[in-house]
Amino acid sequence: MSSTTLPVMHDHASHDTSSMTTLGFWIYLMSDCLIFAVLFATFGVLAGNTADGPAGRDIFNLRYVAGETLLLLLSSFTFGAGMLSAKAGRRNALLVWLAVTLLLGAAFVGMELHEFAALIHDGAGPGVSAFLSAYFTLVGTHGLHVTLGILWLGVMMHQVFHYGVDEVVLRRLNCLSLFWHFLDLVWICVFTFVYLREFL
Amino acid sequence: MNTSLPRATSSHTQPDTNSGMKSYVIGFVLSLAITAAAFGTIMSNAVPHPWRLVCIVALCVAQLLVQLVYFLHLGSHPDQRTNTAVFACTGLLIAIVVAGSLWVMHNANVNMMPTHVTVQGAMSRE
Repeated sequence: MSSTTLPVMHDHASHDTSSMTTLGFWIYLMSDCLIFAVLFATFGVLAGNTADGPAGRDIFNLRYVAGETLLLLLSSFTFGAGMLSAKAGRRNALLVWLAVTLLLGAAFVGMELHEFAALIHDGAGPGVSAFLSAYFTLVGTHGLHVTLGILWLGVMMHQVFHYGVDEVVLRRLNCLSLFWHFLDLVWICVFTFVYLREFL
Repeated sequence: MNTSLPRATSSHTQPDTNSGMKSYVIGFVLSLAITAAAFGTIMSNAVPHPWRLVCIVALCVAQLLVQLVYFLHLGSHPDQRTNTAVFACTGLLIAIVVAGSLWVMHNANVNMMPTHVTVQGAMSRE
């Protein structure tokens, strides 16, 4: 009797830990959200304090930002498609989707680094004004999150490659999926309030 | 475990994958359209200047909602209820922090002593 009830119990218990893990990770994400909220508030307060340095409309290129946005949006979609492959147990399709997501994410970080380098080269570095300090902190923190997400993507690809899509891997992929989509949400606020708002 | 797992996957994934893909495609297309509208608002002259801020903020909120529903699957489904509640609480905290900071600092800026008035001058006028 114990041999027939135990697997069911075990299955239930593991399902429970999985949903608890997701909830816990979600609560972490919400605390991360508060970090970004504080950085956005700081940026909002300091956006006008250019200290005779360049203002946003002098240095930002909206076409470039639209490109970055497209990359991140596409990567969100490819990750979603990857999660569906993972749930269906299609390991190879999952690996391909994860690789595409990783490349799109890396391209985004590359574009952002290029943008930062160009700004600093043109004399609009983080030390020039309160506005630029707040800008580099906010956008840089987002970029750092994406970079860590890419690292995590690489680790998960390695795990999927070696262990296949088992329950543990699926749980971790679920958390990474929340993280990745969350970064897309933050970017929506960045392009609206940091970039577009400068050109009103 | 061996008997329950394949059954669970076979009964769940097929409809899940189809409706899941549909959800991601809808979310992606809507996000693209809203992003294009937001950039179009600023980069073209279609919207008069006083309305531009209102327009991009509304589009931002719309896109956040679209992605929360179609990508993060937030909603009133029993599995998601706790997540949605935590998110709503965080939203309240964010609103207080951001709106409060902007309000307080705006007032501080407005009430700051004008730069052409010196401390000495202000004191002698008292």
